[in-house]
Amino acid sequence: MATTTAVSPLFSSLAYFWYQLRRSPMMLLGLLLITLMCLAAALAPLLAVHDPDAIDLGSRLLPPSAAHLFGTDEVGRDLFSRVLYGGRQSIGVGIFVAFMASVIGSIIGCFSGIIGRMVDTLIMRLMDIVLSVPSLVLTMALAAALGPSLFNAMIAITVVRIPYYVRLARGQTLSIREMAYVRAAETFGAGKPHIVRWHVLRNALPPIIVQMTLDIGNAILMAAALGFIGLGAQQPTAEWGAMIASGRNYLLDQWWYSTFPGVAILMTAIGFNLVGDGVRDMLDPKQKVK
Amino acid sequence: MMPARQSDTMLNAATTPPLGQAAVPVLDIDNLYLEFPVYKGAIRALNGVSIQVMPGEIVGIVGESGSGKSVTAMMSMRLIPENSYRVRTGSIRKSGRNILQASEKEMRHIRGKDMAMIFQEPMTALNPTMKVGRQITDLIRRHTSLSAGQAREHAIALLRDMHIADPVQIFDAYPFELSGGMRQRIMIALAFSCEPSLLIADEPTTALDVTVQKQVLMLLRERARKTGTAILLITHDMAVVSQFCERVYVMYAGSVVEQGITAQVIDRPAHPYTRGLLGGLPENAEPGAPLQAIAGQVPNLADLPGGCAFRNRCPLQGEPCSQIPPLMPLADQPGHSVACWMTAGEAAHV
Repeated sequence: MATTTAVSPLFSSLAYFWYQLRRSPMMLLGLLLITLMCLAAALAPLLAVHDPDAIDLGSRLLPPSAAHLFGTDEVGRDLFSRVLYGGRQSIGVGIFVAFMASVIGSIIGCFSGIIGRMVDTLIMRLMDIVLSVPSLVLTMALAAALGPSLFNAMIAITVVRIPYYVRLARGQTLSIREMAYVRAAETFGAGKPHIVRWHVLRNALPPIIVQMTLDIGNAILMAAALGFIGLGAQQPTAEWGAMIASGRNYLLDQWWYSTFPGVAILMTAIGFNLVGDGVRDMLDPKQKVK
Repeated sequence: MMPARQSDTMLNAATTPPLGQAAVPVLDIDNLYLEFPVYKGAIRALNGVSIQVMPGEIVGIVGESGSGKSVTAMMSMRLIPENSYRVRTGSIRKSGRNILQASEKEMRHIRGKDMAMIFQEPMTALNPTMKVGRQITDLIRRHTSLSAGQAREHAIALLRDMHIADPVQIFDAYPFELSGGMRQRIMIALAFSCEPSLLIADEPTTALDVTVQKQVLMLLRERARKTGTAILLITHDMAVVSQFCERVYVMYAGSVVEQGITAQVIDRPAHPYTRGLLGGLPENAEPGAPLQAIAGQVPNLADLPGGCAFRNRCPLQGEPCSQIPPLMPLADQPGHSVACWMTAGEAAHV
């Protein structure tokens, strides 16, 4: 199909994005943090001077120095390299979980709202049951049942996050279903799949995107929590939560062991939350004026 | 003289001569009784409505809120959720085909292609997240076998027909970038995109300001003339009907109380309700005098009084009004009939 009329539309929307960014410094800060953490994780092989899993019992528990920027752990592994590689696990989990949960959750929610009646009731009560158990407890139970590994922890967190999206998407669907353009589409002969795809899902997207961005931070924290109690990534894989857990024993004398992975988690979670807030303000023109 | 009671007589009388030989009406609603079941009983929304629209004709339905005009329109496209209503008797035929018995799948092929509808709210009737052009081409491609490129050509031609100055630019615009009048034009373009034989316009100009109203109506008529589309215009505005429609049905409490050629009905309204509606128009009022209003309120459709539904608000009520009046043609104006015991005879003498 012949397209492209004026200057590249991609460029103009990028320019607009930048204009909005400049007006919300917190989001800019969040983006900076995320970029920093993601770059560090992505470029880990280049930045890390040591092999993250290389054991060197001769240099155990060394304080931060030029050779070991973040110090070393109890078996002499370089903490700087481990924090960099750990970011790959944690950020990966966060993005995967938020993405899977939002896609699965919003599709279920959308159809639940469109089909209605028995199916709707059934799905929503099921979601209520999931929501009635404290989410960390349920995640722990699921992860323990599946067996401790990072992948299983990921699945467990995804399952527990799904109901939030189902409820969100269903609520959106119920209100969008009554909009004039959905009725208009019906009068022009559109079928249900077309309405869900082009009208409901598209218009339900903004709050789901916001929830998703905010959830990445949550998921990282949850994965770290699971790692901390031993249900997430297993040794020797570098993972922030697990690193904090092993550093706990040395907290009083070797402060650097738990602190650097902790700061990494903190920065990533804050980054994603700031961006989530920023995205929400961007997508809600009424709030932006404040 | 007591005119014939059968509804057939009035149906035949209603056919307009100038459009001639095409015998099958595009829309033929025959003696339709429709109700919405509610707790202990039912809301009787339509009570024996008969409406015919011939090919290419522009017909108006007038009435106040709750008179059943929108239900009639929605039902003609079967857009009321199944299971929420009950048809007691009667039929709706679209070009001879029984709409009430068509499957939902068949209906989806009729809607948009064979009959289209435009709504009151142009501001919200377009999907805010899709470009206008995409919405038109989606519809065209749903009902025809045109390729994406051809559909685009066709959509741009349609927009140009809507007197939109820069159709290519509008094609790539989002609805929020357009004014209400512009959006209503897009809706009209959508409605005409597959050249339907019937267009139902449910108060298409209510949300627009007066100057735009007129433009939109002119545009509707122009397009309808060009494509041979019949229009069923639902409105509460007698002034719009008088400028726009060839024939008019006046509805009250779920029944047609008067019908005829617009000029006849406006010049010599026979039903006291129609007289009330026309009397309420500002242009018919004497300067300085308060506007006339019809006393009382629309009866509760769940609990209709026996006899004529207008009885409790009618200035002329008399003995026979405890019976439901059928539509009776006026003796000297055969195309013009009225459902009123008191005026059906009287009008003939004038």
